[in-house]
Amino acid sequence: MGKRSVIPYGPQHPVLPEPVHIDLVIEDERVIEAIPSIGFIHRGLESLVDKRDFNQMTYIAERTCGICSFQHGMGYCEAVEHIMGVEVPDRAKFLRTLWAETSRMHSHLLWLGLLADGFGFENLFYQCWRVREKVLDIQEMTAGGRLIFSVNKIGGVLKDVTDDQFKFILKTMDEVEAELKVIQGTFFEDYSVLSRLKGVGVLTAEQINALGAVGPFARASGVNVDMRKLGYAAYPHIDFEPITSNDGDCYARCYVRLMEIYQSIDIIRQVIAKMPAESDLSVAVKGNPDGEYFMRVEQPRGEAFYYVKGNGTPNLERMRIRTPTFANIPGLCEMLKNTELADIGLLILTIDPCISCTER
Amino acid sequence: MANIKRSPWLLHYDGSSCNGCDIEVLAALTPVYDAERLGVVNTGDPMQADIFLITGGINEQNKEVVKQIYDQMPRPKVVVAVGVCACTGGVFKDCYNILGGADTVIPVDIYVPGCAARPQAIIDGVVQAVGLFQQRLDEHHAQMKKEA
Amino acid sequence: MAEVICPENILEEIEVSDLLRRALELKKAGFRFSQAHAVFASKENKYEISYSFSDYNTYQLHSLRLVIDLDTVVPSITEIIPAAVFYENEMKELFGVKIEMISADLENKLYRIEVETPFGPKKEEA
Repeated sequence: MGKRSVIPYGPQHPVLPEPVHIDLVIEDERVIEAIPSIGFIHRGLESLVDKRDFNQMTYIAERTCGICSFQHGMGYCEAVEHIMGVEVPDRAKFLRTLWAETSRMHSHLLWLGLLADGFGFENLFYQCWRVREKVLDIQEMTAGGRLIFSVNKIGGVLKDVTDDQFKFILKTMDEVEAELKVIQGTFFEDYSVLSRLKGVGVLTAEQINALGAVGPFARASGVNVDMRKLGYAAYPHIDFEPITSNDGDCYARCYVRLMEIYQSIDIIRQVIAKMPAESDLSVAVKGNPDGEYFMRVEQPRGEAFYYVKGNGTPNLERMRIRTPTFANIPGLCEMLKNTELADIGLLILTIDPCISCTER
Repeated sequence: MANIKRSPWLLHYDGSSCNGCDIEVLAALTPVYDAERLGVVNTGDPMQADIFLITGGINEQNKEVVKQIYDQMPRPKVVVAVGVCACTGGVFKDCYNILGGADTVIPVDIYVPGCAARPQAIIDGVVQAVGLFQQRLDEHHAQMKKEA
Repeated sequence: MAEVICPENILEEIEVSDLLRRALELKKAGFRFSQAHAVFASKENKYEISYSFSDYNTYQLHSLRLVIDLDTVVPSITEIIPAAVFYENEMKELFGVKIEMISADLENKLYRIEVETPFGPKKEEA
């Protein structure tokens, strides 16, 4: 038995774009235990309900995280709409689905790039980010912002998408699909990539179940869970099946996320084909929310949980956001046990951590 | 920009931002925007960095971290606050855990506005930082010569 | 057309003494722990604590709700559900809910904030 020592990892670390601190208890090169400590980005934005009214909170919710910004806004709006009994126009629902899926695409492309950077394949990192810019162009053209575009409002959406823009989106989807086919080969077949991903950080479906993991992290271990099946926004009209893999290793997580980009392309094509004719984009909302609702949406990283409680005044009593990474941290700690120290950076990346939204 | 003689290295630290600006900082370094053509290189080591890009506001826990990173950087150094949160605290400035912008703990030279700051704005900030870095380096060398 | 699963959320109000038993029953029934959160109800001057469980297959959301006085001590469910540790530490630090026997009690050092219980009852100004 070797000597035990503790290595502090982070908060400022080359492989991490965001600060998280983990104390690694190691024996020789093997990790025995990982103890995370968070709080470097804690802002306390949930406390702003005292100072902002429920319409303004939409913009706060969107700034929980810059990557899944749109989906945070959508989850919050859907929760408030449930409480107030507002029926959103169909076209707004389809537009929400469209933007939700472009968010998922650029988030997964971003993650694939970071993963490539994590195992030292800088060229692949740049290729993924180059393709990602095409998706951002769609968001910029349709909504006016690259990452945070604030098109949600309670009762609908703020911007419409024209037919010309739909044509551009479809054309871009074809381009992204073709480029992704090229990148896919490297991720799935390249010898050096496989040697870093195959069989590393395996979690079984039982472990996932016990630790309450969500999203692609859970789907990669064969757990078929996708909150889009709950049928919020326009998902009831869309034909799709969750993508799962049974291996539970880093390769499976990479596989699930990459295939989900194709799935998103497919969903966007369905959305555009089934888009209802032009109509009002939002309904007027009268009064203040009174009541509570638990809302769940499927973000790129997994199930996000919104709890909204109103008390009949413009200021909500409580807004609670439980983000997917928060649910995946116990799984991460379990996964880090018994791995090589050199793999730690890669393993942390494979849960697709979003520390900003975790700590809010 | 015309008299740039050195290749300053960038260090990026996420204060308490929402990730939007961090991702845009990375996007500014990737091929489409390619800030690296200006001679800067991204590094993860504060001891080798010349320009400090900080995103997000300062909170109770990260103020020591930010101060430490700033102190670890060799002189001369330039600090760029990217995004409205790093400039003033942004939408979060009323939160109980936010002390304010990056300038509450370290001196900031260049402010890049935006929520999230666009890559074009970030590149403009970096261009100004590279110029300022060169100017400070010249002053530093002149000072050294005088002392010698 | 895809099959849509849209079960109604279940909200069950329970007593503090029933918490551990119900949590264990739900775990045995195959539910996964989804989240826990606290609300400070300023009008009633009480805490409302919700423990949400969710089923992977049916997507059913089952929440347990405690409504307790400010000084009631709540037992920790981390013995049954280890993943609850962060949620309970969060409630303790941000709201000041009294939770005992957390498996890894971080002693209000999860977020390391300067303000004491920012979401909890407002301190009367002297």
